[in-house]
Amino acid sequence: MARIVGIDLGTTNSLVAYMDKGTPRVIAGRHERAMVPSVVALTDNGLIVGDPAKEHLTRNPERTVYSVKRFMGKGLADVQNELAYFPYTLTEKGGVIRIKLGEKTYSPPQISAMILKELKLRAEAFLGESITKAVITVPAYFNDSQRQATKDAGMIAGLEVLRIINEPTAASLAYGLQEKTQGTIAVYDLGGGTFDISILKLKNGIFEVLATNGDTHLGGDDFDQLIADIFVTDIRQQYGLDLKAFPDHMQGIRLEAERAKIRLSDELKTTVNLELPDGKGLFTRELTREQLESLCNALVERTLGPCRLALKDAGLTAADIDEVVLVGGSTRMPLVRQRVQALFGTQPHCELNPDEVVALGAAVQADILSGGTTDMLLLDVTPLSLGIETMGGVMSSLIRRNTTIPASAKEMFTTYVDGQTGVDIHILQGERELAKDNRSLARFRLKVPPLPAGVPRIEVTFLIDANGILNVMAKDMRTGETQSIEVKPSYGLSDQEVERMIEDSFKFAADDVSARKLIEARLDAGALIITTEKSLTDGGQLISADEVTAIRQVLSVLAAAKDGNDPRTIRARMADLEQAAKSLTVAMLDDSLKRGLQGKKVSEVT
Amino acid sequence: MDGHTHHHTSDRRELQMARSMCWHCQSEVSGEYFCDRCVKVQPVSKELDYFTCFGFPRRLSIDQQKLETKFYELSRAFHPDFYQNKSDAEQTISLGNSAMLNTAYRTLRDPIQRAEYLLDLEAGSVKDIRTTPPADLFEEILELQDTLDEFRASDRTSDAAAALRSQLQSERTALEGRQRDMETQLQQLFGRWDGLQDRGEATDQARAERDRILKDMRDILSNRTYVKNIVNDLVATIA
Repeated sequence: MARIVGIDLGTTNSLVAYMDKGTPRVIAGRHERAMVPSVVALTDNGLIVGDPAKEHLTRNPERTVYSVKRFMGKGLADVQNELAYFPYTLTEKGGVIRIKLGEKTYSPPQISAMILKELKLRAEAFLGESITKAVITVPAYFNDSQRQATKDAGMIAGLEVLRIINEPTAASLAYGLQEKTQGTIAVYDLGGGTFDISILKLKNGIFEVLATNGDTHLGGDDFDQLIADIFVTDIRQQYGLDLKAFPDHMQGIRLEAERAKIRLSDELKTTVNLELPDGKGLFTRELTREQLESLCNALVERTLGPCRLALKDAGLTAADIDEVVLVGGSTRMPLVRQRVQALFGTQPHCELNPDEVVALGAAVQADILSGGTTDMLLLDVTPLSLGIETMGGVMSSLIRRNTTIPASAKEMFTTYVDGQTGVDIHILQGERELAKDNRSLARFRLKVPPLPAGVPRIEVTFLIDANGILNVMAKDMRTGETQSIEVKPSYGLSDQEVERMIEDSFKFAADDVSARKLIEARLDAGALIITTEKSLTDGGQLISADEVTAIRQVLSVLAAAKDGNDPRTIRARMADLEQAAKSLTVAMLDDSLKRGLQGKKVSEVT
Repeated sequence: MDGHTHHHTSDRRELQMARSMCWHCQSEVSGEYFCDRCVKVQPVSKELDYFTCFGFPRRLSIDQQKLETKFYELSRAFHPDFYQNKSDAEQTISLGNSAMLNTAYRTLRDPIQRAEYLLDLEAGSVKDIRTTPPADLFEEILELQDTLDEFRASDRTSDAAAALRSQLQSERTALEGRQRDMETQLQQLFGRWDGLQDRGEATDQARAERDRILKDMRDILSNRTYVKNIVNDLVATIA
């Protein structure tokens, strides 16, 4: 069976991992960095992803998309009050948010697909084989639309998504594999944009989720925003400058706020420096951990409510929890650790890198699916109750929250009017009494043969699969015929739209590849220029002055080519430079060998 | 929405699916969930009740530990994770069996749901939904409804409201005590049921005893649900 990789598609960073002889490992890219920033930028040379795109956050904020995960499976109305914070333009089409980049608009699954493709390429380069199958993680509290959107993103990226698994449970798999833990554990997962709590029972390799809860709109991003807001206020007061008018500086502030927050996990105070626009100079401010904590206290407090609810749903109290596991970069904050420890009364685990543990767990799940790991089994739950709208706009619950998945429920439908040929069904997800207060998932029309009222009997099966995604089937009990159901998602792409986006992604793939090749060539050329210059400084005296001049000349030709748009020319000039600098490299190697041998006896060398 | 009726559990007997033959190799399947000859997973028959599915007799006292062990064992046998490399037909069976297993476990794990389920199997009807208070609680419940209405209409900061609240609190305690009493009575009925089944007598007397236990159980279950809903309403109001 073809290899399956595990992918953590995060709000701020994404990772890909694989199973290496029973041990999950993340795949690092250039510069040994495993994390790919979940950022996509439109440049003059096309779309770019990850670290190079992150540089465009401040340079080109209107055309650089970050935190796209917040928009997965959402309509514009859902994110109305945070629109002001995003420098790029959001619109809506068919109930799905669209992001404007230049002349084109992209759905959040399309943007996510670009990040997934980057991870796919990285895995292919590292493993030396084509990757077409993946397990992708989502926050446990993601609803059906958000899960479906994630699956769509995988398809658009050319990946068959064999399983969507929940981030906290993925983390528990990674821990379970390492520690062979037994007992009741709580996984507290505070990431860049989402918060999850899951309570699990571990026994003989079975990971049974008892309850889960969370908030899909609460994470490190929100802390950064609070910090950035006080900087903006300070700058307005001190300089009479409204930074909101400078999107590039707003992004700079946001990034600096994030860096300050990270520093304050290790230090008690830190200094923030920000270049102001219009030549107003440098804004400097001190931020203490105490200030940060009083700023973020309410947000951290907001995570504790879901923790208590999850405990209650699991029929447990904090004292029943044997171990607590921390996941997500935001759990590095001392305040978060204190609160979690106080709530559960136990020192939380953080042996595995909280940034990587979810991807590692996804790789473990991938290995289970490919038949490699057979002793572990994850039994997860659906986070939200599933129901249908009944008379009077009330939600009638069919599958309760925290039901182990796969889960199914059957309902019988009939008609009230003679000759009625259809019954409209509205599927909902949520915990509220009234349909309008819950999340609308989809609508469909059940086809009914024209018969006297009450005679038709159509049995509809609602089945939540192991991905937490709903499937609907209908069967006419009189004839035994099954009918296929065209479900119109309330906040999702239709099958046709996904098809078209897959086609588009092939069409643009050629452009994307050339853009990517150019960026890589430029980066490599830059690195070669720097190392050659260093060699000239260190070892220039070892070769003749003419040789130095010759090398410098080829180097300046490469520097010029690097600013051009043709990756092949850049590569050719790089080869020229390597050739020209060969004498220097050889001379330096000889020199270091010679010096290494000085003072040693001949017997030691031979 | 129009034309929608509730029939959660009534179809079990309508849909009889033969499970004597392997869907794949057509050889005889003896008892368990896998074909002896081709080792393919077999769909759990829809006529199979949850007790039989777990290999348990139809008793109301269940060893939770054994139930869990069996649940994990069957999960390992059916879960879709282990069918990724199998045919579409096997994947569909795996999904259906897993969903059924999860429902069965959820039902048997909880004593109340277990009793309601057994009642449904034995007496062949869905549970009664009580809309009026049980006779012995009639006066008490009516009075409570009045107090609740009074509290809802009151100014929550007033002394009168505080008095009503503490009155409702003690009502709540009393009703919760009542609920526990009913659960104790149920436990006794569970024991009587299991004893009767264990003896396996086929006398008229035994049949009369069986019907009496089922009737008592049904009454207590519906009264308990009624009281529980009242308590939930009460808690929500004074919260």
